[in-house]
Amino acid sequence: MTDLTDLTVADIRDGFRAGDFSAREVAEAFNANVAGAKALNAFIVETPEKALEAADAADKAKAAGEPLKPLSGVPIGMKDLFCTEGVQTTAASHMLEGFTPTYESTVSKKLWDAGAGMLGKLNLDQFAMGSSNETSYFGNVISPWRRGDGDTAALAPGGSSGGSSSAIAARLCPAATGTDTGGSIRQPAAFTGISGIKPTYGRCSRWGIVAFASSLDQAGPMARTVRDNAILLETMAGFDPKDSTSLDLAVPQWEAGLSSNLKGKTVGIPKEYRPDGLNAEISAMWDRGIDWLKDAGAEVVEVSLPHTRYALPTYYIIAPAEASSNLARYDGVRYGQRDLPDGAGLQDMYAATRALGFGPEVKRRIMIGTYVLSAGFYDAYYTQAQKVRALIARDFEQAFEKCDLLLTPTAPSASFALGEKQADPLAMYLNDVFTVPASLAGLPAMAVPGGLDGQGLPLGLQIIGRALDEQTVLNAGLAIEERAGFTARPGKWW
Amino acid sequence: MSEYRIQGATGEWEVVIGLEVHAQVTSQAKLFSGAATAFGAEPNTQVSLVDAAMPGMLPVPNRECIRQAVRTGMAINANVNKWSRFDRKNYFYADLPQGYQISQLYHPLVGEGEIEINLDEKNPDAETKRIGVERIHVEQDAGKLMHDQHPTRSYVDLNRSGVALMEIVSKPDMRSPAEAGAYLSKLRTILRYVGSCDGNMDQGSMRADVNVSVRKPGHEFGTRTETKNVNSVRFVMAVVEYEASRQVDVLEAGGKIVQETRLYDPDKNETRSMRSKEDAHDYRYFPDPDLLPLELDDAFLEECRQSLPELPDVKRHRYEEQLGLSAYNAATLTADADTARWFEALLAEAARIQKKSEGEVAKASANWLLSELYGALNRLGKSLEDSPVGPEEGAELLALVADGTISGTIAKQVFEIMLETGDRAPKIVDEKGLKQTSDTGAIEAAVAKVLADNGDKVEQYKSGKEALFGFFVGQTMKAMQGKANPQVVNDLVRKALA
Repeated sequence: MTDLTDLTVADIRDGFRAGDFSAREVAEAFNANVAGAKALNAFIVETPEKALEAADAADKAKAAGEPLKPLSGVPIGMKDLFCTEGVQTTAASHMLEGFTPTYESTVSKKLWDAGAGMLGKLNLDQFAMGSSNETSYFGNVISPWRRGDGDTAALAPGGSSGGSSSAIAARLCPAATGTDTGGSIRQPAAFTGISGIKPTYGRCSRWGIVAFASSLDQAGPMARTVRDNAILLETMAGFDPKDSTSLDLAVPQWEAGLSSNLKGKTVGIPKEYRPDGLNAEISAMWDRGIDWLKDAGAEVVEVSLPHTRYALPTYYIIAPAEASSNLARYDGVRYGQRDLPDGAGLQDMYAATRALGFGPEVKRRIMIGTYVLSAGFYDAYYTQAQKVRALIARDFEQAFEKCDLLLTPTAPSASFALGEKQADPLAMYLNDVFTVPASLAGLPAMAVPGGLDGQGLPLGLQIIGRALDEQTVLNAGLAIEERAGFTARPGKWW
Repeated sequence: MSEYRIQGATGEWEVVIGLEVHAQVTSQAKLFSGAATAFGAEPNTQVSLVDAAMPGMLPVPNRECIRQAVRTGMAINANVNKWSRFDRKNYFYADLPQGYQISQLYHPLVGEGEIEINLDEKNPDAETKRIGVERIHVEQDAGKLMHDQHPTRSYVDLNRSGVALMEIVSKPDMRSPAEAGAYLSKLRTILRYVGSCDGNMDQGSMRADVNVSVRKPGHEFGTRTETKNVNSVRFVMAVVEYEASRQVDVLEAGGKIVQETRLYDPDKNETRSMRSKEDAHDYRYFPDPDLLPLELDDAFLEECRQSLPELPDVKRHRYEEQLGLSAYNAATLTADADTARWFEALLAEAARIQKKSEGEVAKASANWLLSELYGALNRLGKSLEDSPVGPEEGAELLALVADGTISGTIAKQVFEIMLETGDRAPKIVDEKGLKQTSDTGAIEAAVAKVLADNGDKVEQYKSGKEALFGFFVGQTMKAMQGKANPQVVNDLVRKALA
């Protein structure tokens, strides 16, 4: 019998319905993998009982002949940025250690209502700030991947959804939620050889997701296949009156609409994404990706996104500015950590609490954000960044007059060793260079595996689509998936 | 308008005043959350997850709060901005759970408007003045700290956290304490008419930040101070008076006015420095990324306009011109929305019962309300709102006088009984037999007796002392126990003396 944990979401859903196995068997198999993978540190909280509870409900419904839900029998991992009722939610911070919400985020509630079960709360970069999952208060997440030749260096699973990517690649869960502010779904997916999609800004409700940068944050699924991403996104997306930025639009049937035939579609290749000095292996993988899309029937044209080089600095003004304000609520007054030194007044309590509760990267971004919003600097930084953001969005609009989707690499390199880029925040920020522009423009973008590099590590391709055109993005992802034949998986060492 | 001048050692000084009024929007729910807004609830019982700024919570604008602010803007003839935006004002304080207040700095909901004030509302000839309104924006209120619950700790009550406020910012157009007082009163009247704020300053529903500076007449504006959270019209006037003379004293002593925030102490009637500009916060305003810009469509604006009531100035003019009321009565009846509503209910009912036009019953109605009813309420220490006699009962009483059933004198007695017993006028008149008589036979007999008993006075009358006519009428009325129709008595006395 196949190992149940090798199955995709679609396999589990369909196999459970066909009676090939029970939901409980699936949940138990994944629970066992989770329990056996402490070395990866992918979970902050494990909730095997929640997974079993959902599984038993699914088995019972099936036995009673009741109608099954879209995700009946499917256990998933939940990034610990989503507030979960009755289950500790920390955003991987000391600040929220021990915080147990009395409410359930809209996206997680939709998933549970659709029958999914929770395997646990997945580790991440603290408050989703990081690209290597090295900023979590609960320790680094380790990628299940290792370089070839017996190298045992611990590698980064990407960030900020590093717990999600590591857990999926290591078969601890068939799929997981992620959130993406500047690449936090796509870059970890690329680092671990899985797929993930950030939908159009506003598709998924932000209600109940611990906020990082409100105008950029967007939830999305991560899984091993494009189809699984389509299945999960259908459940996660949808209008939510509790989120003013949520789009009041019907959710398309993305899974039913999947087609890898790209005839009539034009793929744009943005020339600014191929700077001098781009890693040769990345460049070669990109060329293969172009060929695969041509093979699927698409035409390919070169396009220009002239303001691309300003995207990273723009992002690192806007995101920290919003974060500096969004994180002001963590003040020790109502919940979470409070550090009240002897004789301390209110201001002292704020200072002590925030010094204790936030890690260095969070503090760095709060400082940057506070600075760029300060009197005398606001126009030079924040206002200017908003203008450039509009230009970047316009670049995409103009490019989409000539093409239907864009193909780029997801990240400028494969996964790196933990600690390798810790000393230089700028080098770390450069990891987001290809993912940030689509975030600033609010466009749907997906990472799919494109192959392995010379060291045997996964590389990812990114597809960027028009606003609301997730279907074309998914279809191109499927075309690549079918042609890339990516079957590599990390050898179990943990 | 009167020139208010402060006499200093170096000559005359002029005071310049601007008011920032915070008015709580009348609404069942808060500006960005579904929580309730009732005053006086137990601490922390009207707090949603959004108001407490729990992780992941998001604001959603309350349409009714926006609507009320738009209607208020329309009521002061202001430009309503079809596109506006919310900004975050960032600062840390224990009563501010989000660490920022959602407000509107850059693109307020309502632009420039104006309010006409009249220093002496009772005097139709008094000069009026238009005070410019710079803007109205909507924002969240903060919670409240309670320092008196525990010897070493402060408690936080978040009931007010997130309640919708309108900040109504005037231009620096006022030049005297009286003008500032008149502006605030007029603004409160308008808010109550519109129904966008209950104007209860003692409950904190309305409070003013008072900006004051002084200058030599004709010179540039001086440096201003801002006295925060002043909560009555009288205190606003006191602040202006105190601040103006304090600033003159400082300047004439060779000092400088520091731009600062001050607090008013009503017990000592003085203002004190709270913080100076140097320790002013850098609020790091920026557009709230959780909220989309507020875009108002024409249908919404039209509904707001249609729903506006007749406003006080228009109503006052109508009372004078169409109802024929005196300027004084028109001003008094329209100074407060509740009074005007009461009067109009009385008017409608009186016209209905008497089958007359409102114009025909207006004077009697206004006089009765302002003298009889107000006199009684004053005596009883009650307000119009809890008057024991309602507009319908009042209209019944007026109708009995109008159709000659009872005289004005008897009406006063009947009204007293109404106040005491709660009975209605027709019943009282019936039961006590107060109906006035027009029975000429009985009246003629009474007149004959009065004349017979006062033969000397009849002589005096006939020899030219015509003022005695009233005496004969009065005596006849007295003999009739007030129940005779005065017109009939008049006629019969005149006839008998002829």
